[in-house]
Amino acid sequence: MGFNLLGLPMHKFLHLLILFLFLGPLSSTFPQQLQEEFPVPPPPFSEGIYPCSQCHASMEINRKKRILNEHTHIKLRHAETLRWCLDCHSPGNRDKLRLYSGELIDFERSYLLCGECHGNVFKDWKAGIHGKRQGYFTGGKRTYLLCVHCHDAHSPQIKPIKPEPPPFAPKDKRNVR
Amino acid sequence: MLDRFLTRRTFLHRISMVVLGSLCMPFLSSCGKERAEDFLQKHFLEMTTEEKEILINRLEERYFKKYGKKFNLSIQEAIPNTLWGYGLDLSRCIGCRRCVYGCVEENNCSREKPQSQWIRVIRLKKGSLINLENSEHYYNPDTVPEKDFIYIPVQCQQCENPPCVKVCPVHATWKEPDGMIVVDYNWCIGCRYCITACPYRGRVFNWADPNVPTDKWNLSIHYLGNRPRMRNIVEKCTFCVQRVRRGRYPACVEVCPTGSRKFGNLLDPQSEIRYVIQNKRTFRLKEDLNTEPKFYYFFEA
Repeated sequence: MGFNLLGLPMHKFLHLLILFLFLGPLSSTFPQQLQEEFPVPPPPFSEGIYPCSQCHASMEINRKKRILNEHTHIKLRHAETLRWCLDCHSPGNRDKLRLYSGELIDFERSYLLCGECHGNVFKDWKAGIHGKRQGYFTGGKRTYLLCVHCHDAHSPQIKPIKPEPPPFAPKDKRNVR
Repeated sequence: MLDRFLTRRTFLHRISMVVLGSLCMPFLSSCGKERAEDFLQKHFLEMTTEEKEILINRLEERYFKKYGKKFNLSIQEAIPNTLWGYGLDLSRCIGCRRCVYGCVEENNCSREKPQSQWIRVIRLKKGSLINLENSEHYYNPDTVPEKDFIYIPVQCQQCENPPCVKVCPVHATWKEPDGMIVVDYNWCIGCRYCITACPYRGRVFNWADPNVPTDKWNLSIHYLGNRPRMRNIVEKCTFCVQRVRRGRYPACVEVCPTGSRKFGNLLDPQSEIRYVIQNKRTFRLKEDLNTEPKFYYFFEA
């Protein structure tokens, strides 16, 4: 071989190149963020609904988009034209959620599922900016809230609430001694 | 014989002292022990450690007698290398006033007659955000957020260059090493110069003894923060000095249902407030006044 790159013969350089091309992406897809743990309170299940497998274990899996006879209180308003139950809930094991990769996760780590689409918000959430933090910011326990503590997973838009009463006017009877 | 040694000047001097003293006697004897103690109390920054210990015992005893509760009075000093900063996300604030009442409960503010609140949520029409004069804080719709309106909670901005401190004639208010503006309520004379000087209306005058239901007292109190105040003094938000010096979030941060409120140490690059300043579009109220507030409003980019 007449020429070489980086002081290496051509075939060795190609080997290295192939090694980098294949191993580079692999190492970056290694799920680093999955190892991070965030202290969260238990997810807000409707009463008596969990574990889901107590009903679903004996039921047949039906992937068809249809009007359900059960779960009538769920109104899907979350990209409902594109989505159906089993896109997020695991068909095989109803007590788990399902990531895009096929990995099954607990409901306690549902933020990973939300973060798959809402990446920017997930980044802010991890930094403690999106959403609410409680407790101690140093020298104690800091609690994160899950996305679903504030946003209903099935219709995530925040509902309007009643405001607290306005302050009394200066001459209000309740303000004057 | 004695007259020969007494000049006219010393005679007048002595007689005036005697007259002054005798005039003071009825005043000092008629006022209660409490008021005499308060009258003789030193400025908080000039007290020695022993004097502060005595002060704590005295005040705890007095509060127990007056309110029937065992308060836990702290005089914890600023943590080194801290400068507290606050962030508030205006794109997420819905104007529900939970923070106002959370603050009132935490800081033992008077509930009514008179009502005293340290946070004021103002409502502005979208499109006229600069005109703070057009704001309204008595808004009372059935539900919030309303269409076409934006809400800005305003409280003490803890300025780095505070005009309220400059105008105080007796130095009853000052900036702590961790950047909080605090008031020694015992030293305040109630002249209200600081209220006039504050461009954010962050200070509140206490017109009467606090009117708090007996079971609603917050017993964890700080001398410079949320201890029960006497009447005729000026009080204000201290970023919950009793909480943050123990590493705990302020009450308004914890109570906000939308998570719009962020808090942290401006000197710590890992803190939440630094993330806000680095990654979001922030602004501060009335920056042109050169007060350098440590209260950053931001919009979600």
